[in-house]
Amino acid sequence: MFKHIHQPGHDHPVPSEITPRAAYESRRDWLRRVAAGAAAGGLAAWAARDALAQAARPGKLAALPGGKSAVAGAVTMEKVTDYKDAASYNNFYEFGTDKADPARTAHTLKTSPWTVEVEGLVKKPGKFGIEELLKLSAQEERIYRLRCVEGWSMVVPWVGYSLAELIKRVEPQGSAKYVEFVTLADKATMPGLRSGVLDWPYTEALRLDEAMHPLTLLAFGMYGEVLPNQNGAPVRLVVPWKYGFKSAKSIVKIRFVEKEPRTAWNKAAANEYGFYSNVNPDVDHPRWSQATERRIGEDGLFAKKRKTLMFNGYEAQVGQLYAGMDLRKNF
Amino acid sequence: MRSLLLHPLAKPLVFVLCLLPLAWLVFGAINDQLGANPAEALIRSLGDWTLRFLCLTLAVTPLRVRTRTPQLARYRRMLGLFTFFYACLHLLAYGWLDMGLDMADIGRDILKRPFILVGFACWLLLLPLAATSFNRAVRWLGGRQWQALHRLAYVIAPLALLHFFWMKSGKNDFAEVAVYALVIAALLLERLVRYFKPKSRASA
Repeated sequence: MFKHIHQPGHDHPVPSEITPRAAYESRRDWLRRVAAGAAAGGLAAWAARDALAQAARPGKLAALPGGKSAVAGAVTMEKVTDYKDAASYNNFYEFGTDKADPARTAHTLKTSPWTVEVEGLVKKPGKFGIEELLKLSAQEERIYRLRCVEGWSMVVPWVGYSLAELIKRVEPQGSAKYVEFVTLADKATMPGLRSGVLDWPYTEALRLDEAMHPLTLLAFGMYGEVLPNQNGAPVRLVVPWKYGFKSAKSIVKIRFVEKEPRTAWNKAAANEYGFYSNVNPDVDHPRWSQATERRIGEDGLFAKKRKTLMFNGYEAQVGQLYAGMDLRKNF
Repeated sequence: MRSLLLHPLAKPLVFVLCLLPLAWLVFGAINDQLGANPAEALIRSLGDWTLRFLCLTLAVTPLRVRTRTPQLARYRRMLGLFTFFYACLHLLAYGWLDMGLDMADIGRDILKRPFILVGFACWLLLLPLAATSFNRAVRWLGGRQWQALHRLAYVIAPLALLHFFWMKSGKNDFAEVAVYALVIAALLLERLVRYFKPKSRASA
């Protein structure tokens, strides 16, 4: 609440015709949007949308520009979350369990040198230095909705390329069915490892077809700059149709395997966090409803929460991956 | 210390101190100081403060007896009522900020989720205690019955802890819960010890 109408750095005009209906129906929100539109210069800015799609740089870290993406669903037109919020409200348990912790403590993370080892059922396993990975394919800007399993959401302009680009280069064998992501677990730099909250290192996994989907992003930056440490520098995964915890941060190993791997949260509470963890408003978390969400920095304190969309609004792009599957069982 | 506790300004001072957490939260909400998700921060902080005031309330009698400071007794009711006050605000914040004051939704949520149900049960159990906190109610009930009724606090404390434990359990984050559990366990055990000690007069 009490947001400034004019937010420096993000003069994104909002095309109300594609705004989710729930948000649009809220009068408060509507008034603010009109005001924001006027502040940004209305139609002129609307016409210049493409130019503005590249989020203005916050000027905190090294620039990492991303070109326009041709992938369907790669750029949502929704209002981008403030960098301040996206870089200060993080679940990164290696740096503490409070969402304000990582921004304070992750400065200890050493992101250079950094290598990502690709191993398992691939024809061309190997170690990739971060510089090599950065240049492996053209960096694109992807403006994705991010829906956390805790019931809040953001819109983040990531910079990266489809994970499929890397997967194609290492040539998975026919027996490879799943891709496992192992993240850094360094006691010296990560204070959160002292707690037994999770079984370190944090691991995540996708089915190979999910990993190959063009929306699955290997991200190196956000807001036109390299990733801040607390957001998973120097390289992380972003899977926009799944709850945020599926998008592993600070990846050091990518492993191709035949059997469905156990994942960190699934090991901790299998009844609460399934392997798929697709965003699904119809399947509740045992302790809260997943039907609605609060958009960080946008939905006022007293505004009703907005409706959560199936597959986080990416159903048209990813729905076919789960055709015939019982999503209540495979949650 | 004992004369300070009896000072005419001591009670108003404690009253103001008890309002400081709320003042800070209101100030933070107005000035956008509650982080990226102010609604969550408000709901959780109000819950935290309810639990803290519950611990403080339960600490009064053990402290009074162990330190032989009868003057402390005059603060117990105020602390208990502040526990109820923060519990009401916590419930209101959940109902309003999380559920948009949709009564049907709130009702369904309470019945569907044990974690919410237990929290709500705590609030319900606090109601008769708050309602019988004034002097006339004590006289009307009679000391013995009043005391029996107010032993409900010994049920409320573990339930409040369970509510907090369940909230944290999905994240396997029990450090904070453990601290409150230790405090509450110590405060309740102290009463058991006194109860079973034959010589000392059992006082709640």
